[in-house]
Amino acid sequence: MSYHVDQNGYYGRFGGAFIPEMMYPNVDGLRNRYLEIIESEEFRKEYTDLLRDYVGRPSPLYYSNRLSEQYGAQIYLKREDLNHTGSHKINNTVGQILLAKRLGKKRIIAETGAGQHGVATATVCAREGLQCIVYMGALDVSRQAPNVEKMKMLGAEVRPVYSGNQTLKDATNEAIRDWINNPEDTHYIIGSVVGPHPYPDMVARFQAVISEEMRQQLKEKTGSELPNAVIACVGGGSNAAGAFYHFLDDEEVKLIAVEAAGKGVDTDESAATTALGKTGVLHGSKSLLMQTEDGQVIEPYSISAGLDYPGIGPMHANLYETGRAKFMSVTDEETLEAAYNLTEKEGIIPALESAHALAALEKLKFGPDEVVVVNISGRGDKDMETYLKHFRAKQ
Amino acid sequence: MENRINQLFKEKPNNILSVYFTAGFPQLNETEEIIVELEKSGADLIEIGIPFSDPVADGPTIQKSSDKALKNGMSIKLLFEQLKDIRQKVKLPLVLMGYFNNVLQYGVEDFCRKANEIGIDGIILPDLPLEVYENEYRPFFEQNNLRNIFLITPQTSEARIRKIDDLSNGFIYMVSSSSTTGAKSNVTEQQEAYFKRIQEMNLKNPRLVGFGISNNTTFVNSCRYSHGAIVGSAFIKALSEEGSISQNVKKFIDLIHSSEENN
Ligand SMILES: Cc1ncc(COP(=O)(O)O)c(C=O)c1O
Repeated sequence: MSYHVDQNGYYGRFGGAFIPEMMYPNVDGLRNRYLEIIESEEFRKEYTDLLRDYVGRPSPLYYSNRLSEQYGAQIYLKREDLNHTGSHKINNTVGQILLAKRLGKKRIIAETGAGQHGVATATVCAREGLQCIVYMGALDVSRQAPNVEKMKMLGAEVRPVYSGNQTLKDATNEAIRDWINNPEDTHYIIGSVVGPHPYPDMVARFQAVISEEMRQQLKEKTGSELPNAVIACVGGGSNAAGAFYHFLDDEEVKLIAVEAAGKGVDTDESAATTALGKTGVLHGSKSLLMQTEDGQVIEPYSISAGLDYPGIGPMHANLYETGRAKFMSVTDEETLEAAYNLTEKEGIIPALESAHALAALEKLKFGPDEVVVVNISGRGDKDMETYLKHFRAKQ
Repeated sequence: MENRINQLFKEKPNNILSVYFTAGFPQLNETEEIIVELEKSGADLIEIGIPFSDPVADGPTIQKSSDKALKNGMSIKLLFEQLKDIRQKVKLPLVLMGYFNNVLQYGVEDFCRKANEIGIDGIILPDLPLEVYENEYRPFFEQNNLRNIFLITPQTSEARIRKIDDLSNGFIYMVSSSSTTGAKSNVTEQQEAYFKRIQEMNLKNPRLVGFGISNNTTFVNSCRYSHGAIVGSAFIKALSEEGSISQNVKKFIDLIHSSEENN
């Protein structure tokens, strides 16, 4: 079975490009050219050089003594938090900005939840001297203030979005509207493996550097390229797609995707799409989607702004449906515990999103020799206010 | 029975006025009244919008009307219920417009069957792509005598317009400029060039211009190069004003039809 995208942009029965005609020329232009461009030698060279010298790759694969001891397995942390701008998002924005340049686009738009994708986009736009507009839900603007300030300093215009729940889904709607209204000079840098084909595949390819490095690093450290399990959090699913990518066809590697249960999957404050969603179409692709019986999208909730999205990418919907990846969810509480635990044991403050992946360790059983890689998708600087608030409440 | 859309274009080849409104707005139970009043006031075709939580092709006015309609409790099921006797009251062609996810949840085949039962003539689903329609859903539309209406924009390639023309059998929805919906006050030279270019393609299907038509001037200018025009946001605004439905509808249609009242 193939877990990769097919000719028409589908992963099994998920994917496609469900877009209004107004977006067709842009999406079609991208579809026709993305592979040829990103596979060209000249592009590969520019991309890899930038990942090395600007982003700081390869990101380390760090063996965590103390987590290994705590959970009785061989636990490695893939340190995407050490990337420039603080998360995996930069891998994708570096790739897409190089692509946008080759497509002759002059104006860049993006959506952001946690602000990490917005910061990464603003960063690469600053480097290229391109105009950058970032849509962000008004609620996220207030809960991720440090990132808003960074984007502004980087020269981006941050446009707060007041519709809906004022979070990531609404920011995405607004970015799509902007693209519809600016069909000629604009490239939309989508921040996850969502959106119409070719976005899910394109973003997965840019993030695939994560698992490509993991294989080499595991080989050096353990003698085998293959771990027993890879764990990553899933909002839209880009860091997980990148962490899983080069293991998809190695069926013996367990792929574990962790969603945000929020206050619990049986409350109405959750973002656990596979637990709560049904097949649906949003933001240009057919995937799993949290929605009412009438097909109205349900506003998700998570303590983490980056996982606060009512769907997952089509690749993940297919991994879920085929059983290739195991999906689970952890609550806000469990996430906070896991974040404090890593901070205390390893001196690493993870992003709230990444702490979801860590929290899964509590719920899984591994043998003492099993090699487990947890993707630390980002660092926790942006979440300090939330951490401190809960830390104080605990004392 | 002949499809009312085809009949309309046969009988009235130009200056067709099509009006869009969101079902369930301003009040939940005004759908039928708005339709009846539109027919009385001289509209030629009616597009009934199914509200969606995430209407990406729409500008602020229609977004807000959708929001309100959803809060009021509108759904496809309820809309079908409200429209069940509509054919005893009006003769105009009726088109349902919405986003694909709502229809997918209802079931595309059931949706088409039910629409036909009620006497709906056409469907517009801006985010159901041509290719998916062709490969998966076309028979449901055709078996139920429903015209699927596609959009084209100034950026749509000639080859694609030809393909859309081939696949269509009602009318083509010509989006006036690449944009989300919303009222604009004039038709630009660039738009006229686009209207002319399409006119010269001699398509087999008639064309209605939509997005940005808000008054008599924009209506008349659009009709010069097409068979008529579609008004949405401007009508939604008119419905939000003080006054009864019948007063607001009549006033609005008169405004579109008469150059005197144009500001
Ligand atoms: C650190 C971090 N991890 C994960 C995510 C979730 O995105 P994705 O699911 O695409 O990896 C975000 C999104 O903002 C993030 O900032």
